Amino acid sequence: MRRSDRSGERLVATFVLGWVLLNYPVLSLFARPRTVGGVPLLYAWVFAVWVLVIVVMALVIESRRE
Amino acid sequence: MLQGWVIVTVSFAYLGVLFAIAYTGDQRAEAGRSIIANPYTYALSLAVYCTTWTFYGSVGRAASSGVGFLPVYLGPTLAVALWWYVLRKIIRISKAFRITSIADFVASRYGKSQLLGGLVTVIAVLGVIPYISLQLKAVSSSYTILRHYPQIVMPAKAEALPFVQDTALYIALILAAFTILFGTRHLDATERHEGLVAAIAFESVVKLLAFLAVGAYVTFGVYRGFGDIFQRAQELPPLRALTTVSGGGYGTWAFLTVLSMLSVMFLPRQFQISVVENVDENHLHKAIWLFPLYLLLINVFVLPVALGGLMLFSGAGVDADTFVLTVPMAQRKEGLALFAFIGGLSAGTGMVIVETIALSTMVCNDLVMPVLLRLDRLRVGQRGDVSRLLLAIRRLAIAGILLLGYVYFRVAGEAYALVAIGLISFAAVAQFAPAILGGIYWKGATRAGAIAGLSAGFAVWAYTLLLPSFAKSGWMPTGFLTAGPFGIALLRPQELFGLSGLDDISHALLWSLLANGGAYVGVSLIGAPSVAETTQAALFVDVFRHTHATGPSRIWRGTAPVGDLLPLVGRFIGPERAREAFLAHARRRGAERLEDLPADADLVHFAETQLAGAIGGASARVLVHSLVQEEPPGIAEVMDILDEASQVRAYSRELEQKSRELEAATAELRAANAQLQQLDRLKDDFMSTVTHELRTPLTSIRSFSEILLAEPGIAPAERERFLGIIVKEAERLTRLINQTLEMAKIESGSAEWRTSELAVDQVIQEAVEATGQLFREKEVALSLACSAPHPRARADRDRLIQVLINLLSNAVKFCAPRDGRVEVRLREVDDLLRIDVQDNGPGVRPGDQETIFQRFRQAADTVDGTSRGTGLGLAISRRIIEHFGGRLWVESEVGKGATFSFVLPREAPAPGATAAEAGR
Repeated sequence: MRRSDRSGERLVATFVLGWVLLNYPVLSLFARPRTVGGVPLLYAWVFAVWVLVIVVMALVIESRRE
Repeated sequence: MLQGWVIVTVSFAYLGVLFAIAYTGDQRAEAGRSIIANPYTYALSLAVYCTTWTFYGSVGRAASSGVGFLPVYLGPTLAVALWWYVLRKIIRISKAFRITSIADFVASRYGKSQLLGGLVTVIAVLGVIPYISLQLKAVSSSYTILRHYPQIVMPAKAEALPFVQDTALYIALILAAFTILFGTRHLDATERHEGLVAAIAFESVVKLLAFLAVGAYVTFGVYRGFGDIFQRAQELPPLRALTTVSGGGYGTWAFLTVLSMLSVMFLPRQFQISVVENVDENHLHKAIWLFPLYLLLINVFVLPVALGGLMLFSGAGVDADTFVLTVPMAQRKEGLALFAFIGGLSAGTGMVIVETIALSTMVCNDLVMPVLLRLDRLRVGQRGDVSRLLLAIRRLAIAGILLLGYVYFRVAGEAYALVAIGLISFAAVAQFAPAILGGIYWKGATRAGAIAGLSAGFAVWAYTLLLPSFAKSGWMPTGFLTAGPFGIALLRPQELFGLSGLDDISHALLWSLLANGGAYVGVSLIGAPSVAETTQAALFVDVFRHTHATGPSRIWRGTAPVGDLLPLVGRFIGPERAREAFLAHARRRGAERLEDLPADADLVHFAETQLAGAIGGASARVLVHSLVQEEPPGIAEVMDILDEASQVRAYSRELEQKSRELEAATAELRAANAQLQQLDRLKDDFMSTVTHELRTPLTSIRSFSEILLAEPGIAPAERERFLGIIVKEAERLTRLINQTLEMAKIESGSAEWRTSELAVDQVIQEAVEATGQLFREKEVALSLACSAPHPRARADRDRLIQVLINLLSNAVKFCAPRDGRVEVRLREVDDLLRIDVQDNGPGVRPGDQETIFQRFRQAADTVDGTSRGTGLGLAISRRIIEHFGGRLWVESEVGKGATFSFVLPREAPAPGATAAEAGR
C-alpha cells in the first residue's frame, strides 16, 4: 500500500515535469529554425518529451506492487 | 474503381463487423465471460477521444497552425498522470452511488439536485450536438470526396444533393439504429454496455491503423522519410513557419493544453467510457500510460501528412482537412483511400454512438424523468411497468439527438460554426470542471454555488464563443463583434473588457472559467449547505473512507418493507431484473427469502441505488421519498459522518477535559488556600504563644538583672542566687528558641533526617546513660527491661535519643525524690516495637492526656515553679515518632503515675544482621 501511495506522487511529479518541459519558457528554447536529423528541433523536442513522459508513467505503473 | 456501391458495401460490411463485435460482447457479458474486462480494451475505448476532428481535423489544423494541433493531445497525456487521484476518485464515487452520467454526478454531489442535473444536461447537449454534426459532416464529406475518385472534388463545390440523397441523413439514421440497438437493449442498474465498449475499442484500433497506414505511406511512400518532408518544407517559406511556435502562441498553447486536460475527463462520451463503462477500477492504471501512447501514435504522422499534402496540392484548392483521404487518392491508391475512409468512419461513428448514449441517458434521467415525475397527471410513480417507458424515452432521445445533429449540419453546412466546433465544445464541457473537481475535494461547496458557477460559465461561454461563431457564420449581424453590443466597445464578445491579444478560445476559456470558478466559490462561501448537501459532500469527498468502511446507508433513517420497494424498482428496471437484484441483495445480507429482508434503511438505500442506475440519482430520490416513511436524517447522524463534525467533537471533548482539569485545579487551589489560611491562623497562634513563652524567662532575667544593677550592696549569696536564676532562665530561653526552630523545621518539612536501621535497645541504653546523672541527683530508681529478640527499627538515632531523653527527663522531673521509680520496657507487639516509660509520679489527668502533646500546653497542676519545661518537648517527640511511622501516647491515672508509650514499625530480621549486632 505504501508503494502504491508513492505511485500517485510519482505520477504527479511526472505531470509537473511534462508541463514544465512542454510549455513556455522551456518550450521557447526549442522553437528555433534548426533541425535534428532532418526533423525540426521543436517537433523533435515535443515528441521526445512525449515519449519520455509515457515511458516514465509506464515505469511508475508497472513497477507498482499490487 | 471506387464506385458508390463499393464504398457503401465496404461501409456496411464494416458496420456489420461492429454489430457482430457488439453482439458478441453483450452475449459474453451475459454469460459472465466479459471480453472487455481487461485494461487494454479500457485504454483503447478511451481513445473515443479521437474523433474525425482528430482523424481529418488534426492535419487541417497542422496545415494552418503547424505544431498548434499538439496541445489537444498533450493535455490528455499530462492529465492522465493526475487520473491516479482524480479519475480514480470519480470512478469510486460513481460506482458507489450508481452514477450513470456526468449530469447525474453533479446532481448527486450537490444534494441530488434536479435543477443542477438539468442544467448540466442542457449545457452538455447544447455544447455537444454541433460536435455530433461535425462527425456527420466529416463522414458525409469523406464519402462525397471518395465517390468522385479519381477526381478530387471538394464537397462544398460538389453539386448540392437533394434531401433524400444526402448521405449524412442515412449515416445519422444508421447510427441511431445501431446506438438504440446496443445502447438501450435493457435498463441496467449500472448502465453499462459491454458489447458497445468492445465495438468502440475495435473502432479505435481501426482508426489508428488507418491513420498510421496513410501517414506511413505519405512519409515513406510519397516522400523519403521524415527528414525529406521537413527538408522540402523548409525550402518553402510559408511552410517553414509551421514548424515553430509563432509570437503569442505560447499562451494559446498553454490554454489549449488546459482545455483538453479538462475535456478528456468531462466530455460526456469520455465520462461515459472512462467512468460509467469502467469494469474495474484497476484498469485505470494501465490506461494511464497506454492511452497517451495511443495519442502519441495517432499524432506522429500528422505534421508530415499536412506538409506533404500542402506541397502536393500547392495551390490546387484542396482543403487540408481532407488530406488524409485526398493524398492517397491523388496517388491513385484506391485501397488505401478506402481504408482511410473506413478509418474516418470508425472515428466518426465511435464518437457519435458513445456521445449519443451519454446524452440520451442524461436527457432521460435529468430532463424528462423529473418533469414526468412532477406531472402527477401521468402517475408515473404509480404506473405498472415503467421500464418500457424509460427505454422508449431513451430511444427517442437518441433519435432526437442524432436528428438535431443532422439538422444543425444541414443548417450550418460549411459555416464557420461547424468547423470551429471542436474546441467550442471543449470549452463548453470545461465548465463542468469547477463543480466536479471542487465537488470531490471541497466539502464546503454548495448547490447554490454550483448552479451559480455553471450558469455564469455557460453564459460567458455562449457570449464569447457561441454568439461570435453564429455571427461569423452569417446568422447574425457581425456588428456587435467589432463594435460591441449597443456600441459598447468594452463588451465586445471576443475582447471582453478590452482584453486583447488572446485567441478566441483562450479568451473565452479564461473569462468563462473565471466567472464560473468565481461564482462557484463565492456563492458557496456566502451560503451554507443544507443537510442533504452536507451529507452528499461528505460521502463524495471521503469516498475512499466510506467505501472501505460502512456504506452510505447509515445516514438513512427511512424504512419501507420489501413488498413496497420491489414493485417500485420493478416498474423501472423490469420485474424480473428487480427480483434478481433484490434476491442477490438478500443473500448478501444473509436472508434466504425476500420476505426475510428487514425493512430497514439499508434496504431503502439499496432500492434507491438500483433506481438511480435506471433513472438517475435525483429522480430516484424523489420516487423513493414518495414511498418511504422517511425521517429526515438526524443532525446527529449527519454530523457523525462529517469530518469537521468529528473534529468539533474532538475539540469539545478536549474542552470538556480541559474544563474538568480546570475544576480539579480550582479545587486544589481552594484546598491549598484553605490550608494556607489554616496555617496562617496557626502561625498567628504560634507567634502569640511563642512571644508569651519568651517573655516569661525574659521578664525574670530582666527583673533580677535590674535588682542587681539597682542594689550594688546586695549580699554575695543573694547575688549568686540571682545570677544562678538569670543563667538558668537564659539557658531555658536558648532551649526554647532551639526547640521552636526545630518544631518549625519539622512542621515545614525542612528538617534533616538521617534515617538508618537501628538497634533500639542500644539507643535506649544510650539515652538512659545520658540521663543517668538526673536520676542519681534525685535518687530516682531506674530499671530497664528488654524482652525483644530483634529490636530493630528504621529511625534517626539522634532524634530517637532526643525523644527518649525527653520522656526520661519528664519522668524523673515528676517523680518524688528518693521514692521515685522509673521503669523502661522494650517489647515486641506484632510488627511493632513498643517502648514504655513508666513513672510513679502524680500522673496526668484524663483531660490533660492529649493537651500535653500540644505546643506550649502543660498540665497546669503538675507545674512547679522551678522545673518548668519549654512546653515543646512532648510535641516535638510526638512529631518525631509519627515521622518514623509510629505513635506516642500516655496512659495514666491520677496519683498512680503515668506511662508514656510509643511504638515503631519493627524491621524484619535480616540473616546475619542479628549476629553482627550481637558481636557489637
